[in-house]
Amino acid sequence: MSAPIIQTHELTKKYGNFTAVDRLNLSVQPGEVFGLLGPNGAGKTTTILMLLGLTEPTSGSVQVLGLDPSRQPLKVKSRVGYLPDQVGFYDELTAYENLAYIARLNGIAGDQIKKRIDEALARVGLEQVARKRVSTFSRGMRQRLGVAEVLIKQPQLIIMDEPTSGLDPEASHELLDMIRSLKEEGITLLLSSHLLHQVQAVCDRVGLFSHGKMALEGAVDELAQRVLGGAYRIQISADGTQPEILKALKNVPGLAHIRAVNSRLYEMEAARDLRPEVAQAVISAGGRLYKLDVQAQSLDDIYTAFFKEVAHDASRVPIAN
Amino acid sequence: MTQAVSQSQIRQQVQKTAVKRVREGSPWTGMWAVVAKEMADHLSSVRMAILEVLIVLTAIGTMYVATQDIQQRISRDEFLYLRLFTNARDPLPAFIGLLAFFIPLVAIALGFDSVNGEFNRRTMPRVLAQPIYRDALLMGKFLAGLFTLALVCTAVWLLIFGMGVLRLGVAPGGQEVGRALLFLLATIFFGGIWLALAMVFSIVFRQPATAALASIATWLFFIVFWGMIAGLLAQSLSPIRFGFAEEYIAQANLQLALGRFSPNTLYAETMIALLRPEIRSLGILLPSQMEGAILGAPLPLSESLVLIWPQLTGLIAGTIVLFALAYVLFQRQEIRP
Repeated sequence: MSAPIIQTHELTKKYGNFTAVDRLNLSVQPGEVFGLLGPNGAGKTTTILMLLGLTEPTSGSVQVLGLDPSRQPLKVKSRVGYLPDQVGFYDELTAYENLAYIARLNGIAGDQIKKRIDEALARVGLEQVARKRVSTFSRGMRQRLGVAEVLIKQPQLIIMDEPTSGLDPEASHELLDMIRSLKEEGITLLLSSHLLHQVQAVCDRVGLFSHGKMALEGAVDELAQRVLGGAYRIQISADGTQPEILKALKNVPGLAHIRAVNSRLYEMEAARDLRPEVAQAVISAGGRLYKLDVQAQSLDDIYTAFFKEVAHDASRVPIAN
Repeated sequence: MTQAVSQSQIRQQVQKTAVKRVREGSPWTGMWAVVAKEMADHLSSVRMAILEVLIVLTAIGTMYVATQDIQQRISRDEFLYLRLFTNARDPLPAFIGLLAFFIPLVAIALGFDSVNGEFNRRTMPRVLAQPIYRDALLMGKFLAGLFTLALVCTAVWLLIFGMGVLRLGVAPGGQEVGRALLFLLATIFFGGIWLALAMVFSIVFRQPATAALASIATWLFFIVFWGMIAGLLAQSLSPIRFGFAEEYIAQANLQLALGRFSPNTLYAETMIALLRPEIRSLGILLPSQMEGAILGAPLPLSESLVLIWPQLTGLIAGTIVLFALAYVLFQRQEIRP
């Protein structure tokens, strides 16, 4: 396995008495899309700022692309693209001028600037409005301009803080597509969000943040398994004598939490896809099957279940990797 | 033996951490990009355009009156061009008087939203995420403000000389040009103080309006109140008990010294000494000190320079000290919104 792109060890940041990030151990592998999830104020942005060397850690260590962001910030920042939460531009300048300033700050050679900017703007579909003032741009266009700005420096790692917050569904869909295409180019991405279904759509692995700690980490499926006990929620609709159907279902190995929602509807959970077995059980119990559905666990469920659990038993030791 | 090894290991470790503590890369990387962008902003902003028009109109107005005055008197004056700056005729005050009024305003207008404006537009995290240090951003902003100020002052200065040549029809002498150039330098650094102050407030306050008000309040304080306060302080700190001359002199000197804490006083004294060569002292002159002096005879430039050297360096030092304060405050600021 190649060296991780991001590696933190016992990373801690305190503001006075308040611990924003508490002994965080995070590792992101090359080429993966990692999602930082958590409610507002959980320490996501602080973590990102430390990764970029924009805030000094109180203790612990960070390595980004094998470099120390607080000692070699220029090297880190020239290789890492950062799209901040609610990205802002100089409204009185055009899209092109905004990007030209960033290109110059990155020390890109004068004859390269135009080419890079044109490419980046074309990539995000803003080439038509390159000479328009940013003050005329919509929220979605600004966000895309933010992505263009990040692409100018041709980064190895892109960090996006709440990239889809405040966007309309279409704009956030476009942004998620963009994230996917960046991943295909082999760029590593770190996203932070509290919009779970969007993170779920693009992330390979996620980390759940709670009070400055990484409470859970892993692929979405794994997390579902761990938090909810079952990764598949099967729902059936069947006619027939209820006790018999329930009895038959209980005899199927691997099914858990079987319950009748009403006289026809049943729900159950399983570690793997047990739909054929469920169908067979219903039929053998003399039931007539109308509907057979399976829902993959959504992050929303994991999130809700997890934070409910944490709130329920605050002293519980979180399951961490 | 093992102890020696471990000690040398510890020393190596210490050296390693000492080396690691140093940040890599020049703090000035990207500074000129900031300067170029900020100057372009200043020069194209409506705010600056209004102030520039005001200053140019002032220059033309006072100049016109001053040249008329000079033409009427047809005096055989050695320093005609310097009179252009200092001559006043009702209802217009002298050009330098108006300049001392406008320069702080221009400088404050250049600086009051330099840092908090970036936070409010949410561009600060984005800019600092580029491979530059904060040093470059702040220094770039300050230099851009100072260059813009210098540009405005130099333009007005050249305008005055140009009009002088047209209206007076004589070429300026070397002494005059030298004095006027030093005056230009003093003006730029007088503006520099107010620019640095406005930048300090733009770091301390998150609202540009608050920063602008705080800067203007400080300016008004020095213009209106500091003179009175200096007088009161001098009276209480160095009271006149027995009515000796020494007591009066001590009190007057203390009042002068206190007055010089105001950049306006420093600038006014610099202006007077540079533009009126016949001025030979900025403090109290006793008759005994005037023995042998020819009244009204101009001092050579070098002597005038010696006279205002503390004031001139004071203006420059004030600019540097205030900028250093801004620098420290900005370095410690959290960039989190």
